[in-house]
Amino acid sequence: MKDFTKGLKSGIPIGLGYLSVSFAFGIMAISLGFEWWQAVLISMTNLTSAGQLAGIGIMVTPAQYLDMLLSQLTINVRYSFMSVSLSQKVTPQFTGIKRWILGFFMTDEIFAVASNEKEVSVKFFSGLTVFPYIGWAFGTLLGSVLGNVLPAIIMNALCLAIYGMFVAIVAPKAKESLSLLLVVGVAITLSCMFYYLPILNSISSGLAVCICAITAAVFGAILFPVKEDTLNG
Amino acid sequence: MDNKSFFIYLAVMAGSTYLIRAIPFAAVRKKIENKFIRSFLYYIPYTVLSAMTFPAALYATGNIYAAALGLMVAILFAIKGKGLTVVAVASCVTVLLTEIIMTYII
Repeated sequence: MKDFTKGLKSGIPIGLGYLSVSFAFGIMAISLGFEWWQAVLISMTNLTSAGQLAGIGIMVTPAQYLDMLLSQLTINVRYSFMSVSLSQKVTPQFTGIKRWILGFFMTDEIFAVASNEKEVSVKFFSGLTVFPYIGWAFGTLLGSVLGNVLPAIIMNALCLAIYGMFVAIVAPKAKESLSLLLVVGVAITLSCMFYYLPILNSISSGLAVCICAITAAVFGAILFPVKEDTLNG
Repeated sequence: MDNKSFFIYLAVMAGSTYLIRAIPFAAVRKKIENKFIRSFLYYIPYTVLSAMTFPAALYATGNIYAAALGLMVAILFAIKGKGLTVVAVASCVTVLLTEIIMTYII
């Protein structure tokens, strides 16, 4: 139970961050002509930001099912790497059906917080998923029903919450390890190239993140293979 | 959009998103011994998060200066060892204050 409570607590900041991001998703879905229940249903069955955003863009054109499939696979392929990565950290009891169920909740943030742990138990991971899931679904509901009740200036500020959280995960680790700092530097440099350079910036953001992250991680794995104790820490 | 089309889309979207997460999670049971792969998997979360954050976060608030300040505050608080919530809230408050100052004072 202690593990579950610990997970619950770790999930609070993610839940808060999701509340604001999914609020924005709700507003966007309504503006594209979706019903509120459709927006909420999408959030409850997908639990992913970039994928859903691309998804509702495709849904407004009829019968682009292959497009939908390809875009989701490209944007979300990063989750495969996260799942493999986390599979190395779970406790021996974390098997079979538990993985099939809890695998659904593998988001960037849940993964990042979980992989920060020495070992991930079923109870901790279950607790960790609660507030992010509620935040994501409830935020979508609020956004699609209430629309723009919050002043724009507050909505704008809330948009940085999720990135602040990313920084909080990466920065302390990068401060401790020069090799990680360099690897992160490579990822950021590549990401800027994909954002600003012509031709490269025509690649979808989901795919670009994937290419940058994989390239930088390969660079790190070749130049700075990590010691066992770092991996377990 | 009619309901039938919506639900087909939803099934494709949710199905592919679920399977791409769950299959690798359920399939990889053994401890990976290969040092290269282990190192790669160690770096992946950090490279994903950094690539997602920079430079996209600069354009997330509609005010690049406010966002840049917010990110700097986030980095400062984070390396001082503050938790996720504190860092996230501090970055949002920074953006809000910057936007207020830029809108109403300057």
